Amino acid sequence: MSSPRSSSLLAWPATSSSRARRPVASPGERRKTKFRRKLKENLTAYGLLCAALVVFALFSWYPIVRGVLLSFQQVDFVNAPTWVGFDNFERLFADPLFGVAWRNTLLFTGLALVFGFAVPFLTAVLLNEIRHAKAFFRLAVYLPVMLPPVVTALMWKWFYDPGPGLFNSALGAVGLPGGQWLDSSSTAMLSLVFVSTWANMGSTTLIYLAALGTIPGELYEAAELDGAGLWKRLRHVTFPQTRFVLLVLLLLQIVATMQVFTEPYVMTGGGPDDSTVTVLLLLYRYAFVYNDFGSASAMSLLLFVALGVFSAWYVRLTRKADQT
Amino acid sequence: MSSPWSRTVSRRTLCLIAAGGLALSLAACGDGDNAAQTGGKVKITVTGQPPTSQPFERSVFDADVKEFEASHPNIQIEPHEGFMDPKTFSAKLAGGQLEDVYYVYFTDPAQIIARHQAADITEAAKSVPHVNDIKPELLDNFRDANGKLYGLPTMNYTMGLLYSRPLFQKAGLDPDKPPATWDEVRADAKKIAALGNGVVGYADYSKNNQGGWHMTGWMYSMGGDIARKDGDKWAADFDNEKGKQALQYLHDMRWTDNSMGAKQLLEATDVQRMMGAGQLGMYMAAPDNVPVLVKQFNGKYEDYGIAGMPGGQGTLLGGEGYMINPKASPDKVKAGLEWIQWKYLNPDRFEKHIQQYVDGKQPVGLPAEPTPDVWQGAVRDQQLALKAKYANVPAKNYQSYVDTTSKIKGSIEPPNAQQIYAALDSVMQAVLTDQNANIDQQLSSASSKVNSVLAQVK
Repeated sequence: MSSPRSSSLLAWPATSSSRARRPVASPGERRKTKFRRKLKENLTAYGLLCAALVVFALFSWYPIVRGVLLSFQQVDFVNAPTWVGFDNFERLFADPLFGVAWRNTLLFTGLALVFGFAVPFLTAVLLNEIRHAKAFFRLAVYLPVMLPPVVTALMWKWFYDPGPGLFNSALGAVGLPGGQWLDSSSTAMLSLVFVSTWANMGSTTLIYLAALGTIPGELYEAAELDGAGLWKRLRHVTFPQTRFVLLVLLLLQIVATMQVFTEPYVMTGGGPDDSTVTVLLLLYRYAFVYNDFGSASAMSLLLFVALGVFSAWYVRLTRKADQT
Repeated sequence: MSSPWSRTVSRRTLCLIAAGGLALSLAACGDGDNAAQTGGKVKITVTGQPPTSQPFERSVFDADVKEFEASHPNIQIEPHEGFMDPKTFSAKLAGGQLEDVYYVYFTDPAQIIARHQAADITEAAKSVPHVNDIKPELLDNFRDANGKLYGLPTMNYTMGLLYSRPLFQKAGLDPDKPPATWDEVRADAKKIAALGNGVVGYADYSKNNQGGWHMTGWMYSMGGDIARKDGDKWAADFDNEKGKQALQYLHDMRWTDNSMGAKQLLEATDVQRMMGAGQLGMYMAAPDNVPVLVKQFNGKYEDYGIAGMPGGQGTLLGGEGYMINPKASPDKVKAGLEWIQWKYLNPDRFEKHIQQYVDGKQPVGLPAEPTPDVWQGAVRDQQLALKAKYANVPAKNYQSYVDTTSKIKGSIEPPNAQQIYAALDSVMQAVLTDQNANIDQQLSSASSKVNSVLAQVK
């Protein structure tokens, strides 16, 4: 491709003949020209990037920066904010529910990892082994992800209903006593974990399936020739080959499950006896029930810091993977 | 790599995208309050317009707007749908989008006043007609510690006991003699639950701050309190014999009598659904629940009765009102007050308002809408006489309520009510979901939580 207008603003790539007719430029000028040419060549990309940056700045970064500032301010949205130092944090630490919320969140995260990590992996292994009706089973596993979270929560609320709910009716039909599920502080959190695992396992399973699909078949064939059974194949081929994906999903799940909100908000409201009050639920109360945006922001900053550790680990891992 | 687009087009497109993006962003940041005065008229935005799903209430509201504008040619009303939404309140205020006249529940004014989010109407309200005929305790709900006024009450309810007359009859109880004490409530609930088939004798809330709200009702009914003022400071006042007694009743009905059903963590909509389905005998409620039950569940007014608060020592007063945007100009404040008074606090329109309800085949005669019980003295008598004249629901079903509420002490909600209710939810939940709940420990733990909330009351 050539252009007779090498000096055009539209920056067509210059031909060797047009370059030869130019006077020789100094190294500084050459760098400038090169920079200008590069800028012109990528003008469209920079323009689109700028538009995206403006949107990000307005709707993502500004709220984040504002949130951090709010953590140290008292605001009423009428008068100018007043700086209160660490008062908002002190208020949070003095709230007896603060510790309870963190404990509950960590408990949810721990339980969600036990179930939400193992169940999708095992499901993916099973799906990978299935020879017939693959598409049907994959769709069946993915189906819950398509339900809106609130619908899922309301549906499971009926499953758990200690009166005419699905679970207790089913247990009653086979002569077993029903459970209190959400209505008991000892089982409420576990009941929420089941809902969360059921609702989200579809996506995780698909990622595992994709990872399993990348394992070369020869490895399994070699293992089988060596007489390896299912467990040995899992241990010596599947786990080592999917280690990276497992680790990345573990981190992503920690980050996601620590932000649990919909299930306790819709299904238990934090009860019974505060046993399902999570960090985000308490944060929501501070912001929208107590209208104390300073303390709510302080709480979100604390959560941000906690999750930042895992996010940094995640970024480091993925960068390492890109380099290898 | 060459661009897939024509270069001229790409640059133009780029400029358009950038300009469009900036324009959108700037529009999003803009102040919506740009037409305060149009053609010499003061334009005010107001909340409280019922949604289209309530066609009767909506038509009354819209007709009132037209009539008001006709009689007040200098004021233009821009109605907005909806009532109080705490989730958007502060964001709207921060973004200049909060209405000039906005709706609040009785639980919120104290916090709104403390955060300077309402206009001081102390002086402007002095010229509002009939303001002195409003019950003073309701006006106090909108005052700060210095006695300055920041809003006007427009509706008031008094908590009582709502019951199903058909279930009373089925259980062999006299629906014209509803229970007057908590012992009687307990005994009747047991008999109703004995009907079986999933019928629940008595239900109570324990979720989304509504448990704390009802526990406050329990405390008041026993002559107790939730918070008391010691000098300048507030302190929790329920970790005592009355608190224990209230929770013991709930515990015994739930676990000893099994008259409260197995399903707990209930809130208003759950309980209304149970009552509407004919599966519930009694629950603590205000008369405004009756039209909800009739309309949503195709019920009949004859099927419901309301008794005064059991215990007879006190009851909870709640309600709603309107406050004015602190950023509103003096003209808007004046126009806003004219609207509130004309629409909601207007004895001259009592009869017309009642007639609207009669014509629309809506209930008249309930101790609630169409003319809320915010009045005292001669205005109250005038209102009661008109309601009796046009009554189209069986007034005898509410007689016990009317008789009791005029005698017992009514107390408004505690300061920072929503936060206190959130703390008390867990106490209600503990008693209703754990047979072995330690009531003393629950009360003591909730008391320390509530004290930390009350320490912030200014």
